[in-house]
Amino acid sequence: MAVHEVTFPITDEAEILKLRAGDEVVVQGHVIGIRDRTQIRIFDQGQEPPMDLRGAFLLHTAPGVRKLDDGRYEKVCIGTTTSARMVRFTEPLGERYGVRAICGKGGFPDEAIEPMRRYGMVYFAIVGGAAALETTQIEEIEEVAWEELMPECLWKFRVKDFGPLTVGIDAHGNSLYHDVQTAAQEKLKELFARL
Amino acid sequence: MSAVATDLQRVVEDAAAHLYVWALKDIPQDLRDALADARERETSVPGRRVLDTIVRNVQVADDEGNLVCQDTGIAVYTCHVGERFPLHPARIYEALRDGTERATLEHPLRSNAVHTITRENTGPNTGYRLPIVHWEFVPDWDGLDVKCVPKGSGSENMSFLKMCVPADGVKGIKQFVLESIVGAGGKPCPPGIVGVGIGGSADYAMYLAKEAITRPIGTRNPDPVVAQLEDELFELLNETGIGPMGLGGDVTVLQCHVEHADTHMTLNPVAVNYQCWAARRATAHVAADGTVDFDREA
Repeated sequence: MAVHEVTFPITDEAEILKLRAGDEVVVQGHVIGIRDRTQIRIFDQGQEPPMDLRGAFLLHTAPGVRKLDDGRYEKVCIGTTTSARMVRFTEPLGERYGVRAICGKGGFPDEAIEPMRRYGMVYFAIVGGAAALETTQIEEIEEVAWEELMPECLWKFRVKDFGPLTVGIDAHGNSLYHDVQTAAQEKLKELFARL
Repeated sequence: MSAVATDLQRVVEDAAAHLYVWALKDIPQDLRDALADARERETSVPGRRVLDTIVRNVQVADDEGNLVCQDTGIAVYTCHVGERFPLHPARIYEALRDGTERATLEHPLRSNAVHTITRENTGPNTGYRLPIVHWEFVPDWDGLDVKCVPKGSGSENMSFLKMCVPADGVKGIKQFVLESIVGAGGKPCPPGIVGVGIGGSADYAMYLAKEAITRPIGTRNPDPVVAQLEDELFELLNETGIGPMGLGGDVTVLQCHVEHADTHMTLNPVAVNYQCWAARRATAHVAADGTVDFDREA
């Protein structure tokens, strides 16, 4: 299992295609924070996101922040939420907006595999709950849009050495979650027989 | 209210405000030990990467004085109230609510509370019937124990109930717990504590499952029959291969705790409530004279 460093937003598709399920990745550059209500607004209510998502790395988050007197936001504690609730947005994020990476915790079900293969996207598994560490890897909150959805706004973070992440689903049709679940279902049959 | 009760209400409010933040920042030693032990046992590469990150994260939270996890959860308290404790539970509830609000505003903590239909925020981690308080009443005692368990949504979403029938027996209970945890995969932030509630009624089984996740890691039910089920489920769950964060591995759960109640002869309810690896809890022992001892290990 290889170790990679990738800077987002990416401009060269090869950066995504070299990643394989199980690989370790550390991310530099910019990360876009997004969550349930943000994506409901984009896709169910038809509002165009006021940030460029081309080549982007999306993070499933609703950060804890402190608002400063000048209107900017300071990080308090930024962590990651469960991705599976938001799997249905994978295809339009890739097709319409050119998103290249989605990062969250707990994985995506199998319905994400085909859109990720088709649009050259990857799913990065972060360690859920490891927010104290994640917060230190976020250097600054650079932009916030749709503040009325607080904390489920559209966020732009500048990150340094963000990770380590694990490639959960790659752009070649491989999913660790699929493999682990298939093996576990087989194991269950064996365990049930022993009960 | 008497002056004593007013003062005591303030003491409980202060204790709740302290407990909520403390629980979020400083996880108990038994949990730290269990995570370190899991790191030693794990053999899969992604699993070790996850557990390394978890152990590092707990250290960073200590060093930076930050929250272990950003999900400040819903505030759940379990109260053991002595029959002679001089503050009525109605006022204890007010104090817990006010303390939760103060902690949320003063830190500040992310506020998660919303109306369940409109989804509008209802207050600083408070709202109608929030926080949630479990009550036990203790005869021949004048103290109060309050345990704060901030419960994250990632793990709470992985809660399951099945009304097994008596003919399903203990085998049915085991099958349901195994299916639930395999189905949950990486979503509840494994490896955590699997709380199982059996018996009682549908609602009470889930209440007991929640009680089970608030126990110190690896404690055993005093009923040997139930304790044996805890041991068996713990072994079985770690054979599923789900692994840390669902990425595959040897350590799927840190522990399995079971709480039970006697039930109707035709009932066999099984409830599963998951607690993530960041199994946060902190306790205050409040004496009748208002002295407070804080206790991270209870």
